[in-house]
Amino acid sequence: MTREQVRQAILNIISDIAPDEDLASIKDEEKLRDQFDLDSMDFLDIVMELRKRFNLEVPEKDYQELVSMASSVEYLFPRLKDNELVS
Amino acid sequence: MSKDWLKGIKSAYDTIIIGSGLAGLTAANKLAKLGHKVLILEHHYNLGGLATWFKRKGGHILDISLHGFPTGMIKTCRKYWTQEIADSIVRLKNIRFDNPQFSFWTNFDKNDFTRLMKDRFGIVKETIDEFFATVRAMNFYDDLSMTTRELFEKFFPGRTDVHRLLMEPITYANGSTLDDPAITYGIVFANFMDKGVYTFKGGTNELIKKMKKELLKNGVDIRTHCMVERIVVDEDKTVQGVEVQGRMIPAKTVLSNSNILNTVQKLVGEEQFAPEFVKEVKKVRLNDSSCQVYIGLKRGETIDNVGDLLFTSQEKEFSSESLLEPETTSRTFSFYYPETRPGLNMYSIVASTNARFKDWAHLTKQEYENKKEVLIERTLDALEKYVPGVRKKVGHLEASTPMTFKRYTTHPGGVSFGTKFEGLAISKDLPRQIGGLFHAGSVGIIMSGWLGAANYGVIVANEVDKFLHSVREPQPELETVSV
Repeated sequence: MTREQVRQAILNIISDIAPDEDLASIKDEEKLRDQFDLDSMDFLDIVMELRKRFNLEVPEKDYQELVSMASSVEYLFPRLKDNELVS
Repeated sequence: MSKDWLKGIKSAYDTIIIGSGLAGLTAANKLAKLGHKVLILEHHYNLGGLATWFKRKGGHILDISLHGFPTGMIKTCRKYWTQEIADSIVRLKNIRFDNPQFSFWTNFDKNDFTRLMKDRFGIVKETIDEFFATVRAMNFYDDLSMTTRELFEKFFPGRTDVHRLLMEPITYANGSTLDDPAITYGIVFANFMDKGVYTFKGGTNELIKKMKKELLKNGVDIRTHCMVERIVVDEDKTVQGVEVQGRMIPAKTVLSNSNILNTVQKLVGEEQFAPEFVKEVKKVRLNDSSCQVYIGLKRGETIDNVGDLLFTSQEKEFSSESLLEPETTSRTFSFYYPETRPGLNMYSIVASTNARFKDWAHLTKQEYENKKEVLIERTLDALEKYVPGVRKKVGHLEASTPMTFKRYTTHPGGVSFGTKFEGLAISKDLPRQIGGLFHAGSVGIIMSGWLGAANYGVIVANEVDKFLHSVREPQPELETVSV
């Protein structure tokens, strides 16, 4: 996966979890929680979806890496780059 | 030969879930959606645990715990169940307090509490705002040494009326006391007395019916009337499955939605755990139980709207202890108007009091029946003040006690609010003691109630999913696959 595909994958997950949010306005550097109505259960959902869709385990100590879109891509890209995106 | 309730089950499962409270059901649905083979075993004939109801002659349907839960339940139902279930959740706006210290109606949200505390109790706005901000900022990892009593004293010193306003609804909702850690109060309060109280339109039976339909659609096998006898663990301290009705059902994981003490002491057996762990388990305090009086009005009888939830008491001040006395005058009335179950056009009222098991156990059959009769009479006397002439309208009357809760839930002490806070650490530590063994249920106040239970089910489902991924045999490389 490319960085852009990783970013898109995260966006897809968030839009499934929070369908009422307008994700087009997302600012990658800002905290997701400050922009959208996401709580700790939503972040748990993101972790579960990453496991389901990409067989990727995010250990609890790394949950903080998912705080913004930019930090999520930074953290996930090296871990997902060898994944083929199934379309 | 008796009926084989296990008929048609698979030869093995990824997860067997023992008990079908909202934690067990929600975990089951999540795990099934993640692709796992799931079996639910429930000893009762209904699913739902304490999210339950019963029917009686004359068309009565009586709910145990339907009124009310926090707004977060809407999101939880949408994400982990269906949009349809989420769409049936409606707000209850008529919450009422009546006691010697104050008497008023509230719609139970932050704005209204702020208004009441300012106008009725004369608290300055800054203090109220600071209290709300403090409580909202509390989180799970905070210091546990401060009690709720100390928290209240800090913001509203000597104001037993304010303490009562803030505490009473939470006590009825989850059995917590002024001496529990403030954090357990804070998290529930932030969820609850902030954006109002909600209920499920259609009643508990409709909710559970919809959940069952969704579970079946997602491939979950469900078997009722099945009391699990034992969780089978091998010498390597790994779960093998469960024994039920003399039969072993293999499973990679077992998620117990039974009480945590039952899980450790009865279903697994203390001998399977490390001695230090068993020592910690023995320290877990059970929460208290409840009594309820169910009042079904005769078909055709009506009452005015006297509130959806009414917190009433004749006690001079709030006290966690006196609330538990069999003669307590502190009770919650839940009024179920025809809007609860559109089409049924009937009214019911459920009175709840907190109660201790020991006050109801060890009675002779006659003493027990007499004591229930007294409870019913006292309840009707109290209700008369709000619904004059109610006795003439009653079509069905029945009481439940801690003994009743014990029979239907198998919980030790008939607890209706799980365990105190320390139960959570035991629940979370279970998988480190025995590979593949998990627990979700009411442990600690924040994991109690409908929303807490459902969310805890998801939190544990995540752990189960992680475990199942870790033990899964490596998958063959995908790249050579062609269709």
